Amino acid sequence: MGRKLLLDKAHVEGIRSFEVYRREGGYRSVEKALKTMSPDQVTEEVKKSGLRGRGGAGFPTGMKWGFLAKPEGVPRYLVVNADESEPGTFKDRYLMEFIPHLLIEGIITSSYALGSKCSYIYIRGEYAWIVGILEQAIAEAKNNGFLGKNILGSGFDCEIYIQRGAGAYICGEETALLESLEGKRGNPRIKPPFPAVKGLWNCPTVVNNVETIAAVVPIINDGGEEYAKIGIGKSTGTKLISACGNIKKQGVYEIEMNISVEEFIFSDEYCGGIANGRQLKACIPGGSSVPILPANLLLKTAKGESRMMTYEGLADGGFQTGSMMGSGGFIVMDDRQCVVRHTYTLARFYRHESCGQCSPCREGTGWMEKILLNLETGKGKMSDIDLLWDIQRRIEGNTICPLGDAAAWPVAAAIRHFRDEFEWHVTNPDDAQRRNYGLANYGAAMSAG
Amino acid sequence: MSEAPKLFKVTIDNITIDVEPGTTILNAARRIGGEVTPPAMCYYSKLEGSGGKCRTCLVEVAAGSTADPRPMPKLVASCRTTVMDGMVVKNITSDKVLDARNGVVEFLLINHPLDCPICDQAGECHLQDLSYEHGKEGTRFEFKRRTFEKEDIGPYIQLHMTRCILCYRCTYVADQLTDHRVHGILDRGDHAEISTYISKAIDNDFSGNMIDVCPVGALTDKTFRFKNRVWFTKPVNAHRDCPTCCGKVTLWQRGDEVLRVTARKDEWGEVMSYPRPDGSGNQTGWICNTCRFDKKNTSDWVIEGLSNINRHSVISQGKYPGLVTPKETITEVMGGRDPKLLMDIHDVSGVNDPEVDLSKVAGAATSKTFEKKEQ
Repeated sequence: MGRKLLLDKAHVEGIRSFEVYRREGGYRSVEKALKTMSPDQVTEEVKKSGLRGRGGAGFPTGMKWGFLAKPEGVPRYLVVNADESEPGTFKDRYLMEFIPHLLIEGIITSSYALGSKCSYIYIRGEYAWIVGILEQAIAEAKNNGFLGKNILGSGFDCEIYIQRGAGAYICGEETALLESLEGKRGNPRIKPPFPAVKGLWNCPTVVNNVETIAAVVPIINDGGEEYAKIGIGKSTGTKLISACGNIKKQGVYEIEMNISVEEFIFSDEYCGGIANGRQLKACIPGGSSVPILPANLLLKTAKGESRMMTYEGLADGGFQTGSMMGSGGFIVMDDRQCVVRHTYTLARFYRHESCGQCSPCREGTGWMEKILLNLETGKGKMSDIDLLWDIQRRIEGNTICPLGDAAAWPVAAAIRHFRDEFEWHVTNPDDAQRRNYGLANYGAAMSAG
Repeated sequence: MSEAPKLFKVTIDNITIDVEPGTTILNAARRIGGEVTPPAMCYYSKLEGSGGKCRTCLVEVAAGSTADPRPMPKLVASCRTTVMDGMVVKNITSDKVLDARNGVVEFLLINHPLDCPICDQAGECHLQDLSYEHGKEGTRFEFKRRTFEKEDIGPYIQLHMTRCILCYRCTYVADQLTDHRVHGILDRGDHAEISTYISKAIDNDFSGNMIDVCPVGALTDKTFRFKNRVWFTKPVNAHRDCPTCCGKVTLWQRGDEVLRVTARKDEWGEVMSYPRPDGSGNQTGWICNTCRFDKKNTSDWVIEGLSNINRHSVISQGKYPGLVTPKETITEVMGGRDPKLLMDIHDVSGVNDPEVDLSKVAGAATSKTFEKKEQ
């Protein structure tokens, strides 16, 4: 049984209320940080913990905090990115919905470390009911002296404000989020300058994912070194994985980053294997933006080692034979799923969500969607597959923000690993409409479990 | 006396130049000029915050600086990346850049209507130049192109959104030159559109400058629409004493008639800057709507002389230096004869058989009329 640091108390009766949360040991990290530590010591603990950003890129959080410019007389801001819109990812929602005080506690502690007297939660517009839950939690924290002026007599002031997004995926990109928070159109900014220097209202800003901020709580409570003991190598601590798709038990799991993908999918503690006695065909291990992996490469790396559920493990082999940890949206597909259709669905999503600012992404995503629809409905040509490859190649890396890459990678990986399925759609247009390509070569390696 | 600021050495396509810190790669390249300069569709040096969007100016940074000579992992937008001392930039010497630029041009064109024959911008269109220089000859896009309804924004300007490449320049003009935020982008992605909120007229003395900054034919001057082609007109520099603007313009004349008035543009297609009357730096020569739309008589203006158009217009001489025109082969094909009339060609080809008396053919002649009957 893996250790749980975040969701440990999530199902205690009434944990949403301040009293219960406090009784269960909540807000200890705030007391510890504000009473016994300096802001720099808190940052130091986070650095020691090796905590990496849980939003997708996996950038070391302590280092990010270290980059924050601290000019005299200029306010600094902490912005929590709760605009969780990645298809397949729903971990932050779970955390905020079940244990809102954990996030609030994390924000207070982090704000203390960063010197942010005014912190924001930018929450996805569709999470309307969670806004109420969080606002309740903020009000309770304030009533009990953990927010507002002079918290716990330490002289540190902090306020938390919630801002709802208006339903744009792009506003999950940190600079687009800041633009949106400022009341402008949510277009990503051109970097540099980075938010750590010029962020919200041109002031130094740290933007962190909900889970990252929540993870600060156990780090301060138990110490960074203790946290770093969990996991393998540079992937320390626990990670929330939102597993969905054709598995027996969908849901949010907190894993220690030392288990293998095989264990995660097939053990009863986690996903419980593939549903309905089907076979594993493919999996997108980190939310819709990361490359899809066929079953054989998912469970074993190209070197033949068992693939681990860590940042490095999932990325092993680069994009040729690996993928990414991403935001932890674990989408499992069984042998009935059609990769072409799936890729089309994703392309449609990215076309709809592209902000339209830079040309490769604006035009390329729409083009890819149209070609994929043709392929999926049996109207495609063999040359379309190469064209698709060419389009994604020219989007990737040439855009302002990572949305272009996120749109290109799934298409690239689908063609890289499932090219025969694309070709089958071209050569068997009628069958492509009626039935699925089936397992072909990808399930062969999948006998374990 | 203050010490002169340290200059940064930057090498672009093996040409080294010293520039002030804070200069962007694009501006450093413009300093060198010629082929080394990356094309720019959205960047406009006179508009704050513009650039970074079209991605045509992508360049490869082979070495970041003397202090940190690592190359940058991705291609960077040269219009928004400032130079560092010792930076080495590759533009036309990098295959990666040319390939990416080729891709960007293709992306820009897939939804562009390519209606140059009926577009007022044709001849001075930056997208035309760009696709001529970096584009493919054909398209791989086999779907219906995106279209929008034409829209009048105010009595003088027409917005033809179908042609727009979403460079955002006009929104910066609206933001920075006019009093209110009247003009922006609606929607997102490939269905984003430039609009006023919503379909309102733009009523401002300087709104006409949107037409000048538009790199394509999306925003056109309604007083000039379909009047003439730019290459038939003669650009003349002129000025008048205008109470609202600098009054320095280019008149586009045909004969004595003034067809159109625009601000004067520099070699990058941008509105020129002039020294301020009080001598404190430069100001951009935006012109007011009165000068642009109402003063259409030669008598309104003091003519200075022919204006020098050195880029972005087919009317300029030597637009494509070194251009080799295809060899005329018709005389060769005709066996040394120089045909004067189209009929002459048919004569030789045997299609137009003189034996056939066309007056005796019922209806129009077709190829069947000329078919040789087997004897």
